[in-house]
Amino acid sequence: MNGRDLVGAIGPELLALLRTAGRIELEGFNLELDELELRLPSGAFAAPAFGAVPPEPGPERPTELLPADFVPTKTDYPGRVREVVLGATRREGGSRARALTIGGAEAPAFTLFDRPIVNRPVISMDVFDTRVPMPKALRAPFEEVRDDPAEWARLNVHRFGAKAVTVHLLSTDPLIKNSTPREAAATVESVLQAVDVPLIIGGCGDPRKDADVFSEVAAMASGERLLLNSVTLEMATAKTLEKVAKAAADHGHNLLAFTGLELNDAKELNRRLYEYVPPEQIVMDLTTVALGYGLEYSFSIHERARHAALMGDAELQHPTISGSTNAWSAREAWMQMPPTYGGPELRGPLWEAETALALLLAGVDIFMMSHPAAIGAMRAAFDVLTTWPLDEVAEGRANDWVTARIGGEG
Amino acid sequence: MAKRSITETSPIEVYRLLPRTNCGECGEPNCMAFATRLVNRELTIDACPPILRPEHAGDRADLDALLAPPVRAVRIGRGERSAVLGGKYIVQRHEFTYHNPTCCALSVDDSLSRDQLVQRLRTIGEFSYNYIGRDLRLDAVALRSVTGDPGRFRAATETIAETCKLPLVLCSPDPGVLRAGVEAVPGLRPLLHAADSTNWREMATLALDADCPLVVSAPDDLAGLRSLTKTLRAWGLEDLVLDPGTFPGGGLAHTVRNFARCRYAAIRDGDELLGYPLLGAPIAAFTGEELDSTRCAFDEALTASVQLSRYADILILQGLEGWSVLPTLIWRFNLYTDPRKPVAVEPGLREFGSPDRQSPVLVTANYALTYFTVESDIKSANLSCYLVVEDTGGLSVESAVAGRYFSAAGIAEALAASGVDERVDHRVLIIPGLAARLSGEAAEATGWRVLVGPKDSSGLPAYIKERWPPGPA
Repeated sequence: MNGRDLVGAIGPELLALLRTAGRIELEGFNLELDELELRLPSGAFAAPAFGAVPPEPGPERPTELLPADFVPTKTDYPGRVREVVLGATRREGGSRARALTIGGAEAPAFTLFDRPIVNRPVISMDVFDTRVPMPKALRAPFEEVRDDPAEWARLNVHRFGAKAVTVHLLSTDPLIKNSTPREAAATVESVLQAVDVPLIIGGCGDPRKDADVFSEVAAMASGERLLLNSVTLEMATAKTLEKVAKAAADHGHNLLAFTGLELNDAKELNRRLYEYVPPEQIVMDLTTVALGYGLEYSFSIHERARHAALMGDAELQHPTISGSTNAWSAREAWMQMPPTYGGPELRGPLWEAETALALLLAGVDIFMMSHPAAIGAMRAAFDVLTTWPLDEVAEGRANDWVTARIGGEG
Repeated sequence: MAKRSITETSPIEVYRLLPRTNCGECGEPNCMAFATRLVNRELTIDACPPILRPEHAGDRADLDALLAPPVRAVRIGRGERSAVLGGKYIVQRHEFTYHNPTCCALSVDDSLSRDQLVQRLRTIGEFSYNYIGRDLRLDAVALRSVTGDPGRFRAATETIAETCKLPLVLCSPDPGVLRAGVEAVPGLRPLLHAADSTNWREMATLALDADCPLVVSAPDDLAGLRSLTKTLRAWGLEDLVLDPGTFPGGGLAHTVRNFARCRYAAIRDGDELLGYPLLGAPIAAFTGEELDSTRCAFDEALTASVQLSRYADILILQGLEGWSVLPTLIWRFNLYTDPRKPVAVEPGLREFGSPDRQSPVLVTANYALTYFTVESDIKSANLSCYLVVEDTGGLSVESAVAGRYFSAAGIAEALAASGVDERVDHRVLIIPGLAARLSGEAAEATGWRVLVGPKDSSGLPAYIKERWPPGPA
């Protein structure tokens, strides 16, 4: 069970912080019980507690346990979420060491465990191509590489074990650096050379600029099966959607369809994209809001989307993504607070992990995350939740907490 | 056999069982309107005085049966010192709404000295976090017998009853220990943990004697759990809570599966033997192989998050530091908000403090949580200002900017509609820091000078102090 606890893969920085005094003593409670039974007067149970003499167990009271069985609820869903492949190997026309398949769900995520998990969820680690304001606790693990996207990607993959990397081309924002599409493509090229995992390419949010940037990047990285993050209904309004969608179709990339907590919008955007790309190249971003700032809306929209998909709504049968780094927009993640709330280096990763964890249970297939400790916690959760089939007997003992002496209490 | 889901019960069926006199005593215009609100769980039957009269007893019983949740609502404690567990109608939150927020019970144990116990109880009772205008608090105290000594258990129970006002959970596998605790606090109706396949006779006797709700424990054994509830029901016990086991570390999948199986059986299959509230014990994170208490608390918080999302009606928690409790309390609060209620607040102009013709004018999104956060920051800093709430379709500033729902044109429209230009002499607008990208366009669209405010409204007091009134452009 080593390394299978939820914080098993925690980052070394945090490890040092977390290592404080505290211990647990578990006493064999059977022994204690024996002692107790010796000590207790046998008539203790007969004495009525509150005046009224309870009736002796009548004939209607069974003296032995009544037998019962248990038959799990049968679930069968007519629909299934499509699978989307991220990244292409050399043999497939790209240069990645391996491709990742996401999606394929046939039942609500991590609920009844009555069928195997089709594809393990994936975490893609963020890289920013320019210095953007970030909470100190969030940028600390990346301080050395913040000016070099390729180095940052390398750190993510080699040190933190990232299976995918998201390059956020924020420098292309007309209000930040207004980097050219060509410069952005060069950044992506340097990252493609630095690491061999599948890439997600993030834009700046401007529907015109993103279209130019994504088109350039799509052509430069032809065949790499990037995930272009993202296309929006705003692009349809700005009449730039077709350009991006065609570039993705021509060069074999996937599209991330972003909408704001509104399933009708998600369906409409997908319908527009079907005109250009096969549905197997579309992933949905239904919007991730931080814990405390509306995570419940994200949670329920994902549960609703997944339920509709499983019930047969083909326009929602796409894998979903969560930008869980958004958790850090919650002030509780980064703000200095009174001592009992610990520091942001503890609270922040927990906030990011809880935001992601809630959406994991709502069915999200791929997570864009940042903090190594939050990612470690999520990977540990994947390990314990995706094992199939479940062992006959649960690992560990469930009721030890009732009698355990737990250090540090008081 | 399966009870029909709440979402399939029609107001007409409910209406037929009401007095149908349209007397209006309930405050609704007529019985049909009352029926609709009953089905929506916005009102309870008690709100109809006539149906409480004896002549309607039959209809009343039928209504109770028609509207009863498939997961029984179990009250622990009494009066103000109580909490209701369960009372669930649905599996997934979006199907209707979750009722009776998960009760967060903090553990104490009988090995503590009286002083240690009192101090921990104070911390539990005083914990409070102001979240968008609400006080988030801990709900109950769970006393665990780790010494196995009935005398110590009795003394600790008495100390809790004297020191703190929260409902109680008493935990020991030994019925004699539990009885010592129960007898020390007559009338408090603590929840007893737990009856299992070996001690159930004594536990059932105790629960009947003292009229206490009782937890039924059968870790990873749902047939065993059903056998126990079937037997205890035959004994006349109805206020039961199920503990299918919370396993530390690698057992999480089993934990989740058992909770989900119970909830699906109760709601989808109408299984009455599993139609009881579920008890989760994230505290189990402290009994695995990890020894570091901070890591245990981190793990416990994650387990609590999973169990809140996966149907737990009461949680036993150990970690009492703010950083581990806070995400649990916030997620609990969030999950139990009504998804049928709009995400948005009314757009328009809000006035804070006593603004004059030189006061700042700010703009924000009409997403409820954004608005309440900004509102509480303005109020706690005693700022006098105007706040223009733009209709962003109920999205936060950040999402709305990304999705173009918060735009220069939208700001201009909201500003014009607010009429704030007639209340102030200046023409300076402060936009959220997260909407910085819009500042140029917004200045053009509004004709106002646009200042970029802080990214988080917690920075507003300092920002206003430093930057207001603004110097010449």
